[in-house]
Amino acid sequence: MKLLLAKAHIPNIRSYEVWKANGGYASVEKALKMTTDEIVEEVKKSGLRGRGGAGFPTGMKWSFIAKPEGVPRHLVVNADESEPGTFKDRYLMEFLPHLFIEGIIISSYALGSNTSYIYIRGEYAWIPDILNAAIAEAKAAGYLGKNILGTGFDLEIHVHRGAGAYICGEETALIESIEGKRGNPRIKPPFPAVQGLWMRPTVVNNVESIAAVSPIIEMGGEAYSKIGVGKSTGTKLISACGNINKPGVYEIDMTISVEEFIYSDAYCGGIANGKRLKACIPGGSSVPILPANLLLKTAKGEPRMMNYESLSDGGFQTGTMMGSGGFIVLDEDQCIVRHTMSLAHFYMHESCGQCSPCREGTGWMYRILKNIEYGKGKMKDIDLLWDVQRRIEGNTICPLGDAAAWPVAAAIRHFRDEFEWHVTHPEEAQVRNFGLAHYADERTVVAP
Amino acid sequence: MNIQFTAEKLLEVKDIIARYPDGKQKSALIPVLHLAQQEFGGWLDVPVMDYVASLLQLKPIEVYEVATFYSMFNMKPVGKYVLEVCQTGPCMICGSDRIIEHIQQKLGIKPGETTADGLFTLKPAECLGACGYAPMMQLGKHFKEHLTIEKVDAILDELRAAAQS
Amino acid sequence: MSDIQKVKVTIDGISVEVPVGTNIVDAARVIGGDIVPPTMCYYSKLEGSGGKCRSCLVEVSKGSEKDPRPMPKLVASCRTAVMDGMEVKSITSDRVRDAREGVTEFLLINHPMDCPVCDQAGECKLQDLSYEHGDVGTRTEFVRRTFEPEDIGPYIQLHMNRCIMCYRCVFAAQQLCDVREHGIMNRGERSQISTYIEQALDNEMVGNVIDVCPVGALTDKTFRFKNRVWFTKPVDAHRECDTCCGEVRLWMRGEEVYRVTARRDEYWEVFEASNGKTGWICNTCRFHKKKVSDWVIEGPAKINRHSVITQGHYVGAHNPQENLINEVIGKSPKLLFDIHSQSDVNRPEIELSHISGPAHSDNFLPNKKIDQERVLDVGRKK
Repeated sequence: MKLLLAKAHIPNIRSYEVWKANGGYASVEKALKMTTDEIVEEVKKSGLRGRGGAGFPTGMKWSFIAKPEGVPRHLVVNADESEPGTFKDRYLMEFLPHLFIEGIIISSYALGSNTSYIYIRGEYAWIPDILNAAIAEAKAAGYLGKNILGTGFDLEIHVHRGAGAYICGEETALIESIEGKRGNPRIKPPFPAVQGLWMRPTVVNNVESIAAVSPIIEMGGEAYSKIGVGKSTGTKLISACGNINKPGVYEIDMTISVEEFIYSDAYCGGIANGKRLKACIPGGSSVPILPANLLLKTAKGEPRMMNYESLSDGGFQTGTMMGSGGFIVLDEDQCIVRHTMSLAHFYMHESCGQCSPCREGTGWMYRILKNIEYGKGKMKDIDLLWDVQRRIEGNTICPLGDAAAWPVAAAIRHFRDEFEWHVTHPEEAQVRNFGLAHYADERTVVAP
Repeated sequence: MNIQFTAEKLLEVKDIIARYPDGKQKSALIPVLHLAQQEFGGWLDVPVMDYVASLLQLKPIEVYEVATFYSMFNMKPVGKYVLEVCQTGPCMICGSDRIIEHIQQKLGIKPGETTADGLFTLKPAECLGACGYAPMMQLGKHFKEHLTIEKVDAILDELRAAAQS
Repeated sequence: MSDIQKVKVTIDGISVEVPVGTNIVDAARVIGGDIVPPTMCYYSKLEGSGGKCRSCLVEVSKGSEKDPRPMPKLVASCRTAVMDGMEVKSITSDRVRDAREGVTEFLLINHPMDCPVCDQAGECKLQDLSYEHGDVGTRTEFVRRTFEPEDIGPYIQLHMNRCIMCYRCVFAAQQLCDVREHGIMNRGERSQISTYIEQALDNEMVGNVIDVCPVGALTDKTFRFKNRVWFTKPVDAHRECDTCCGEVRLWMRGEEVYRVTARRDEYWEVFEASNGKTGWICNTCRFHKKKVSDWVIEGPAKINRHSVITQGHYVGAHNPQENLINEVIGKSPKLLFDIHSQSDVNRPEIELSHISGPAHSDNFLPNKKIDQERVLDVGRKK
């Protein structure tokens, strides 16, 4: 089932003419005839959950926005997609800019934002040009600017380019960054819905969440909520990468199994080079890594499905999270210690340095992991690593501390034998990888 | 070097400031720093930042604080071409280590260094959002994806040729 | 009745009523004692401070009377407002003690531990934190982080290696000076306090950054290496000053003024001056008035005995005596005896600030009376 990417195959869909000719902006016309409360109600009914990683219900987030008299409100779209493994928003913005703009118009109208900002990561340097061109086209067609479609609603959209900081994906750091400051997350409360950008009520939503608003209005919240299963409604973009045959961005309706997603030719097309599946991080680098056996089946022995509930089944002991949908697959040749070290380096590099556990702890974890990886580790280092991550988690200002701690915790939890092997075989670990252990996927592998 | 935007660029700065409410011109800081880095030699020297501060009526310290925070702003001179090779997890499992190693050998520089001819700077980067097309690097405004050793050689040759002509 | 609405909060089983909007730390300070969470970055007189060091984490076991659910995570007590009926656990919570031990360890893994040559030693908040919440031993084996030294002028010594990034000095400069000239550069573990262009901080009120710094990162250059704080006696004094309140604390040895600071309470916060404003002091009072004759002496200041000045301060003392008795067979290990059975030095009843000149073993002789008059006379001589 495709909602967001339904028109992605149409040649030149990036241009306004082609988009409009294929039913574009119908959702905007429909939405602007509704009241703002009706739109919020539809989004609530749809069960749409934030697609940036946390999975917070979008409609509920919208209903929190404060509406003090005479104070402007803002919608800020979070396009600071920096979570390793995640590249779905880039795809949406690059190929379907008008779908994205439709979503912004409807959402801004619902929230009462007359100036909305797209905060895009600085490295996506060519995408602002695409977005600005599409914004100009939409403006020329009367969907942006003053008195849109005669409703009296005014809207300007501005693209604000960041400059290289993962932390600016955190909503309050993002707001600080738009204000022209260092990307230090704010201490909450106050929440952005009350005091956000320039201390005005602000809603920050992920690109995919905003884009999904357009099909929700078009088909109705009720119909949208019937797609998927349980509280995982609608469709989700998954950006698959790593050692698979067909990396790329896929839209799924959250009823398929993880096994189907990895091995079906419609999606990842199996593990590359005829190798076996070792492990997978299904929701961007911050969520716990799972070994193949726990990835394909839950601890209860049920097949694991690609949705919020099933992926988190078993909690952090035997489960993981949907996260942002950055699906990283590791084959049997990958070293878990080295991979974890690489992620620890990432979090060390991206910590803003504001609060002590994250500033000091992320670097410490990286250095311990580096010692283990390069054959200088001791057995007690593994316990120390566990202790360090435990004391970071939950004790920081923003979720980056948790995001740095979880991958390390999960790697030790599920792959402790591999860490211990690095310690007991320091020389061998430099020349070969640990390979598969008891956690391998049991299916037979067909050579390519 | 005379640090002064051209009239055309000054108009662009004015446009950027106009995106934000009155009195919130500090919001224009990051976009204007991008512009300044592009105009004044690929990095942000102190006089450049002071100039930006004066344009936006900020204290110089506010500009230094912000410029040093974001990884895309170069605080030291860089080569004409900056090769930002992603080294984070998803790229690493697809072989980014080999690519970085190869560039180091081929150009005789370590990460963070610039070649003697001032052409190339190697800057290992953290996740750039192209994990499905790994290994990859950022070259100026664009991404070079699905890198192989041969592809890297071709890119370097092409850049050398472009610099000579 | 006053108009200010009061709420009741219970911290470690002790209840107190405080005005609406008070944060947990300030409520705990009303109670006082051991239950007060340590604060490395929070400074009630600096707007926006707090929330960063995480050493004041507490457990909220009951949110409020209206919504009694406990808060799932530990919260920064300096940035969490109390609610009516809130119940907080500070030192009675194992989770809190563990988290504080973690924060202490994080703050120390890159700290240079150069207390023997640090001018802050003896009044350092990081020393206090490690005494109260730190663990014995160290678990890090990595080279500690260092920064290039930066000269920020003739009055203030910046020692970045010791900094714990509390941001207090940035808030102080922002709120007390016309132009802030130093700030936070870089990010993550390389973030640092700097002027970026190595310039001298020369604002008239900027010296207050020394007083707010919890560690030895910003110290008084005019006092550098001159004395140890525990050898100097604090004396309150004042003078007519056009710039600031002129109410200071002199740190003296004999009749010499070694150092001038603002008057600070046990939480390192500057007192309110007699004019009702916060008692920040200007650079002239701090750096240029080093003669007793510049000042009107009010009398010795009562200081809170803490950290190195007071022994027996260790919580949960590690006592290896039992093992040792087995090992030394019959020999009594003298070192492990209570110091007071061997020496009269530092008897708790002796006020250090009443000792004239450097503390000497003669001062601690049994039955030795402290000559209080001599101390009070200091200012009147000449």
